[in-house]
Amino acid sequence: MIEMMLETFETGTGYWHPLVWLVAFVIIFLIVYIIRGFGEKKYKKGTGQTQAFLSGNKEYDKQLMHVQSSNLYWGWTEALKWIIDVLKKMHTGNVSDYVLWFVVVLGVLLLFVGLM
Amino acid sequence: MNIVDMLLTHAPALTIAIPLLGAFLTPLISRVSEKGRNIFAIITVGITALFVFLMASEVLSNGPMTYVFGSTAATVQQSTVIRILFEVDALSIFMAIIGIILSFVAVVYSYAFMEKNTGLDKYYTLLLLMTTGMLGMMLTGDMFNFFVFLEITSIASAALVAFWTNKAKAVEAGFKYIVISTIGALFVLFAIALLYGQYDALNMAKIAQSLGISGFTFIDKIALVLLIAALAMKGGLAPMHMWLPDAYGRAPASISLLLVGATQASLYGLFRIVFTVYGDVISLPSISIGWILVLLGLITMLIGVIMAIIQTDFKRLIGYGAVAELGYMALAVGTGLTIVANADPNITLETAPFAMKAITGGLFHVINDALDIGLLFLVAGAVYYATKETSLNKLGGLARNMKYTTIFFIIGLLAVSGLPPFNGFASKLLIYESTYQLNPILSIVAILSSILLLAIFVKVLHSVFLGPALPKYETVREVPKSMLLAMAVIAGIIIVFGLFPQVIVTNLVEPAANALVNNSGYLQWLTGGF
Repeated sequence: MIEMMLETFETGTGYWHPLVWLVAFVIIFLIVYIIRGFGEKKYKKGTGQTQAFLSGNKEYDKQLMHVQSSNLYWGWTEALKWIIDVLKKMHTGNVSDYVLWFVVVLGVLLLFVGLM
Repeated sequence: MNIVDMLLTHAPALTIAIPLLGAFLTPLISRVSEKGRNIFAIITVGITALFVFLMASEVLSNGPMTYVFGSTAATVQQSTVIRILFEVDALSIFMAIIGIILSFVAVVYSYAFMEKNTGLDKYYTLLLLMTTGMLGMMLTGDMFNFFVFLEITSIASAALVAFWTNKAKAVEAGFKYIVISTIGALFVLFAIALLYGQYDALNMAKIAQSLGISGFTFIDKIALVLLIAALAMKGGLAPMHMWLPDAYGRAPASISLLLVGATQASLYGLFRIVFTVYGDVISLPSISIGWILVLLGLITMLIGVIMAIIQTDFKRLIGYGAVAELGYMALAVGTGLTIVANADPNITLETAPFAMKAITGGLFHVINDALDIGLLFLVAGAVYYATKETSLNKLGGLARNMKYTTIFFIIGLLAVSGLPPFNGFASKLLIYESTYQLNPILSIVAILSSILLLAIFVKVLHSVFLGPALPKYETVREVPKSMLLAMAVIAGIIIVFGLFPQVIVTNLVEPAANALVNNSGYLQWLTGGF
């Protein structure tokens, strides 16, 4: 059993060994941690060093500073607006439309398979 | 015959009978003790799980099991007799293992999650009925019996989706679910009637054998199309997936988890019909059914991820993520089928070994998806339990108060996005590499969808768990231990599957893939048993 657990996972045209990956990950993590140790040591928690600087403006309330979900990936959704709008139109929330899509797929499949 | 052998002989029947009997006993026990009822449900599913694993060890070591309900002889004085066969092969047991793991975790999770709700006698009864239906769909070898279990699963699921009757959207989602399920089941029944009219048989192997003799008549084609369309809709494949985010999003989290299993049971039915029942004649069509599955898979993945990225409701977002994940399965199995069912004699499993890898990857992804998406639903449930909120715009900073839930979410996020060393990576790697061999574009779309899945769930991580502590969630505490235990069980399996994929693939997935592809074995084993 242990031998099998240590076996390489063969994917047909490639290989994957999670344990080797894990060992590599730990080694890289340790190296990064050591490099981190050489970093700036003058950092003082809770002082002005840690406060956000917003072009001299007063920092907003913490709750307001949290970027909300709908504001994330704004550029992405804007760029794909054309397809998102089409998909939104598709998803009407009306169960009759859900059934309509089923009928459409059924019809297309019948055409494909029936014409074979 | 000792007791273990006797139990093993009757295990296929007991796997269905125990949760079914448990379902009807639950309201009775509920009258005596509510806590006792909850524990009874856990024990019932636990015992069923033991039988499933007992059958698994038998099937995987000694080959398929058959269990006959009714007459032992197929015919009496040349007339057909009433009998139902359960045919448990490596694929059935693979699916049953998924179903029972989900059911067990759901029932443990429900203990605390549903604690403050009323009507729990009905809840646990329906949950056990849903388990019965799901397992029945996976174990039966009879078409009509499959339809009956499909109906049991659908009715129980619809009632559970609408369990929170005080929420209008939950009731609406339940209504949509039952409409879609009924229409799907009706078309399945129609297809079964067509096949029954043609071959005077309901047993899948018997129909497969008759189909092989008769060729591929027009009626067979219509039945095939009806079955594919109906089961694809029940399996959540686009563009018939729209019921899925509604149902998954509005059901209690424990039920969303179980719905993943129910959806996969329908996909299993689809694969079983295409490979086993129509296995001998599927190569005849000039337009491969495999390509249809590939196309549906691609559309499902793309629509799933694009719609997920714009969602602001936690559970609905996961619902769309689940849709995308279903696309991977259809894509992979469709890729395999394209080769298996190729009319060109030069293209076979031997000349195109990637087909077998694709099917293995697809099936491995079935179990991985159940675990990954299941874990994310449980996390969403935990967040709802603690905050009574599912809007991503209103949540934030919960990692401070819900450390374990955050860790479980990160595990689910990495797994569902297919990042190493988690289980999703192993199955997706198989899918990427094998679909690339058929057409590189398929692989590119699959990888792109995975990247988007990562982006989607990173958004959730940021919105729900990271960011400044919000004053309104100052008093939020970690969820009860039984809920953490349920999440830990799934997270643990995810890690084990991720670290030792070869063990799972060799012992569980490859036998299932072989059982799916080699329908001759399925038919041969039943020779004389009709």
